[in-house]
Amino acid sequence: MQPTAKEAHHGDAHAHAHHEELGFWRKYIFSTDHKIIGIQYGITSLAFLFFGFCLMMAMRWQLAKPGTPIPLIGGMLQSIFKDMASGGIMSADLYNMFGAMHGTIMVFLAVVPLGFAAFGNYVVPLMIGAPDMTFPRVNMASYWVFFLGCLVMFVSFFVPGGAAQGGWTSYSPLATLVPTDGQTYWLIGMVLLITSSLLGAVNFVATIIQLRAPGMTWMRLPWFVWVQFVTAFILLLAFPPLEAAGVMQLMDKVFHTSFFLPSGLVVSGTPVDVSGGGSPLLWQHLFWFLGHPEVYVLILPAMGIVCEIIAANTRKPIWGYKSLVYSALAVGFISFIVWAHHMYVTGMGTKISTFFQTTTMIISIPSVIILTCLFMSLWGGSIRFNTPMLFALAFLPMFGIGGLTGLPLGFNFSDIALHDSYYVIAHFHYVVAPGSIFGLLAGVYYWYPKATGRFMSETWGKVHFWLSLLFMNLIFQPMFAQGLAGMSRRMYDGGATYAGVLDPATGDVVGLTKQMIGLNTPITHAAIALGAVQLIFIINFFWSIRNGEKVKTDNPWNATTLEWQTPTPPPHGNFASEPTVYRGPYEYSVPGAATDFTPQNQPK
Amino acid sequence: MDIPYTVHPRADTGLYNAKVGIWLFLASEVMLFGALFSSYILLRVGAPDGTWPHSVLNIPLGTLNTIVLISSSITVVLAWASLKLNNFARYRVIQSITLLCSLIFLVIKSFEYRDKFAHYQVVQKDGKYVDGHLTGSVYLDADKKTREEHGFRGLSFTEGPKGAQKKFTLESVTVNGFEAKSLAEINNPKVGVHHEHKDFKIAAAQIKKIGNYGPWHNTYMAIYFTLTGLHALHVIGGALVIGYIWGPGAAMWKTDPERYINRVEVSGLFWHFVDLVWIFLFPVLYLL
Repeated sequence: MQPTAKEAHHGDAHAHAHHEELGFWRKYIFSTDHKIIGIQYGITSLAFLFFGFCLMMAMRWQLAKPGTPIPLIGGMLQSIFKDMASGGIMSADLYNMFGAMHGTIMVFLAVVPLGFAAFGNYVVPLMIGAPDMTFPRVNMASYWVFFLGCLVMFVSFFVPGGAAQGGWTSYSPLATLVPTDGQTYWLIGMVLLITSSLLGAVNFVATIIQLRAPGMTWMRLPWFVWVQFVTAFILLLAFPPLEAAGVMQLMDKVFHTSFFLPSGLVVSGTPVDVSGGGSPLLWQHLFWFLGHPEVYVLILPAMGIVCEIIAANTRKPIWGYKSLVYSALAVGFISFIVWAHHMYVTGMGTKISTFFQTTTMIISIPSVIILTCLFMSLWGGSIRFNTPMLFALAFLPMFGIGGLTGLPLGFNFSDIALHDSYYVIAHFHYVVAPGSIFGLLAGVYYWYPKATGRFMSETWGKVHFWLSLLFMNLIFQPMFAQGLAGMSRRMYDGGATYAGVLDPATGDVVGLTKQMIGLNTPITHAAIALGAVQLIFIINFFWSIRNGEKVKTDNPWNATTLEWQTPTPPPHGNFASEPTVYRGPYEYSVPGAATDFTPQNQPK
Repeated sequence: MDIPYTVHPRADTGLYNAKVGIWLFLASEVMLFGALFSSYILLRVGAPDGTWPHSVLNIPLGTLNTIVLISSSITVVLAWASLKLNNFARYRVIQSITLLCSLIFLVIKSFEYRDKFAHYQVVQKDGKYVDGHLTGSVYLDADKKTREEHGFRGLSFTEGPKGAQKKFTLESVTVNGFEAKSLAEINNPKVGVHHEHKDFKIAAAQIKKIGNYGPWHNTYMAIYFTLTGLHALHVIGGALVIGYIWGPGAAMWKTDPERYINRVEVSGLFWHFVDLVWIFLFPVLYLL
């Protein structure tokens, strides 16, 4: 059509023939290479994972020994937060601040970017045989907007009044009326993080639709790619309503509108000078419209990683690949209509509660199918118990506990008793901490040799695994008991205020028993021990970059998927030549094959 | 390294990358504006009877803006079609009309905004309301010297160099508008007759509450400013992208015309979306 088109194409090819060497900044900092961006996301989010955990260790000290100075960091806290931590003792406000930021950081700055952005970026293009993401520069922008969001969140600790204190859910009117600019920073940070995940999500979906290598049909995609596909769609469609809500709360905070502030609001005996007419429930609906799908953003990538590792280390095909695919899609769809099960006690009405209770029970079906398929895949396998496999195996029962303990919270009648108690904390931490995070750690151990050309230390990996497993359970198991005994999740003194007293009339103890409050101490010890154990991982991670055992081949685990059929580490552009796919993702131990694994790009 | 399908469509999907990208992006935009429209519904349904304002906005101006934006939607398609017909000069002319339309839209919108900031509502101590444009306010300093201000500067303000600051206190305001007995009479045009506007001079001592129709006025104004503000940002963003492609980015027409046409198409898709949002915004905020 245009005479210049052909020439242009030639010119293009010419430019690319001279592969210029990129400088340090372009290669490692402002890189458009999906692998570098993945590693950037990974390191940033791992750092925030540890930071978020440190906030929690300080809180745990306060819960176990209320009103005593926090050792080691007490002085530092006092110099930063002044009278919020006078004498190194955590005040209620500081506890609220750390609690709100622990949740925010763990969800939005640690687990989501690690599972979705880090692993997704590094692995998905490799797995589908693509040279990069469809929009490499958008990908880079996504990371830097994320980084800016992280920075805003981090800086908010140091503004007068401190960081957000209204919980990670930032319920209005509380969050709007806490007298700190930290909430404004929180909202701006969230808008940046949402923008970043939007850019990432568009890129992931477009990449998976457009850049699959020849022969890589939809049903030949590794399941990990499928879950990233679903996750990207969830982020794409569920996050914008929170962005809208964030903008509205920002308007409330900065321009004194009343989106979430009802008429006749009185704080500390003084009527608040706003026009009123807003709806606090509206915030909760918009928040949980993201908030619940977000749970699947946290868990699906981890499930995908576990699936890949189980397939490679049982040396047999995944059981029920199609069921896994359809279940992941079903989870994605249904996750959009379960959100109000977080709101049973808001008084939104029994009809609505019943609807959301029903959908909540329905979504457990595909989740159970996924877990069942992964369990069944173990049957009859010749299992290699290496570190990634141990983490992947532990994921299954840990997520199982988390999932099953969620059922009583999904029914509105039992939720009324358990709502806002330590039972809830224990439930969702089982899903996210020994669940998601174990899956993600498994992924770090599994793909580390591809990214660096060396293994992480197996011995220390196993030490890290067994101790983490032990302490995770010591932390969260007692919380079920505390929650069932009625301990609220918001008490900054570990329940001391509600300690049991003897009712002389009946002779009964009213309030929390000594044993329940006493559990705070071993939980805190376990939390500190868990923190210490992570140092093993951190040292192993950095030490192995130079000193780990070298990989002997590009495919050290003898896996079938395409990311192992590249040079190690994969160069810019990934594949020496465009791969062609001839078979499904999990062809292990195929009868009559030369080896017990048949890579996807091996011709028939 | 070349990313495949940046220019030519992939056979099995029939789309080039950027087109997939823009449709996905628009899907998320639908959710963003969808959430705000849902909030509008919830706030409106939750408002007590008679408190939801009607006919606050200038319908003729809104209609004009609607026509302007719809016209730009037509020109953006015609511009793309001109490129497809290899007529770059015509594209340049037609797309400049699109850009002009976006500018006209924003100018009209800014006049509407300014009008709302000059529109005041005074609640008097006797319970009556005066609603209209604030035309003047009189302030007194400590020496009882009078000072006229055209804009309202609060019930009092201090001014002057450091050390010699003077405090001015509001004495009275003049509002060109109408008096009403209740909010319902102001908000619901069916209750009251069409009000004749005249000047009201209200002494500060009579004022219980005074404020303009900014986003803080009520939840209707809040959602109005949020929705139209976010939409205006989209107009600005879209115009910047279209303007970049039209101006400095046009060099690509010489080097890679097919890709250039794709860019025009993709930015045009975004522009249609921005128009579509307005087509929902106009009846919802102006007419209903």
